[in-house]
Amino acid sequence: MSDNTNTNTHTHEHPGYGLYILVWAGLVGLTTITVALAGFNLASLTVVVAMAIAVIKSLLVTNYFMHVRTDSAVFKIFIFVCLAIFLTMIVLTFFDLTYRFPLK
Amino acid sequence: MSNEAAVAHVHRDDEGSKMGMWLFLFTELLLFGGMFILYASYRFMYPDNFKVAAMRLDTLIGAVNTILLLTSSLTVVLAITALRRNQKTFSLYLLGFTVVAGGAFLVNKFFEWSAKIHHGIYPKGPEMANLSDGENVFYGLYYVMTGLHALHIIVGLAFIIFMMVFIARGKQTGDNCQKLENAGLYWHLVDIIWIFLFPLFYLIH
Repeated sequence: MSDNTNTNTHTHEHPGYGLYILVWAGLVGLTTITVALAGFNLASLTVVVAMAIAVIKSLLVTNYFMHVRTDSAVFKIFIFVCLAIFLTMIVLTFFDLTYRFPLK
Repeated sequence: MSNEAAVAHVHRDDEGSKMGMWLFLFTELLLFGGMFILYASYRFMYPDNFKVAAMRLDTLIGAVNTILLLTSSLTVVLAITALRRNQKTFSLYLLGFTVVAGGAFLVNKFFEWSAKIHHGIYPKGPEMANLSDGENVFYGLYYVMTGLHALHIIVGLAFIIFMMVFIARGKQTGDNCQKLENAGLYWHLVDIIWIFLFPLFYLIH
């Protein structure tokens, strides 16, 4: 097609359609795996496996669809700090839940 | 030519625009993040009730909606690529697909909620009194979280439709499409939130 003129100037930051379709196929594949695994009884591992797959899927979306992979370092640092704060909130909440009340 | 030179000197900061969008997305993360923590806490307190309640959600509709959103995200990123290659019409078709897929997501959500409400499962609904505390909390979180997510879908669709008008009028072009990129970032974030909502509400067994 008329790609030649544009790819010369943009190749390093803008990958072609193929890569995105590949990422999409990976996302659909991972969705199928999550649904299939939910049928098995993995006991306490169920949530861990489901969340691990969800994290992989969101990494694919942020890195490729949201172009974070090719963004400058400042974006990566900001995202990392934001996620670190969120993770701290989760960990502190669960410390509280585990040790404050005699739940079980 | 002089016109093009003038355009090149127009004050425009794409990096700054993108950073602003990301800062907004961080506030969205904390908005939904707070609710995910609430969900996690209650699931920790009522693990068995959550399992029973989740059994009544339709996994098939959830899975179909997941595929719809993933595909709509793909077409947004393809539309940006197409516009950068100056394939304006193709870009508009791709964004049109995104709008249709997002609309289909909402239609599915409508039927899903209607079925629940028909069975008396809604806040203060007749069936809720027969359910355990944990199940009540589960459905409360289900309505709030998927409802807020659906609201984000509506906003995202409006955002994308505006971008389609901008592209059609030549206000967003291959060399100047940060607004479309920002709309894409928003849509992908909504997709990511659903990536977590789906297994947490539909896939507990």
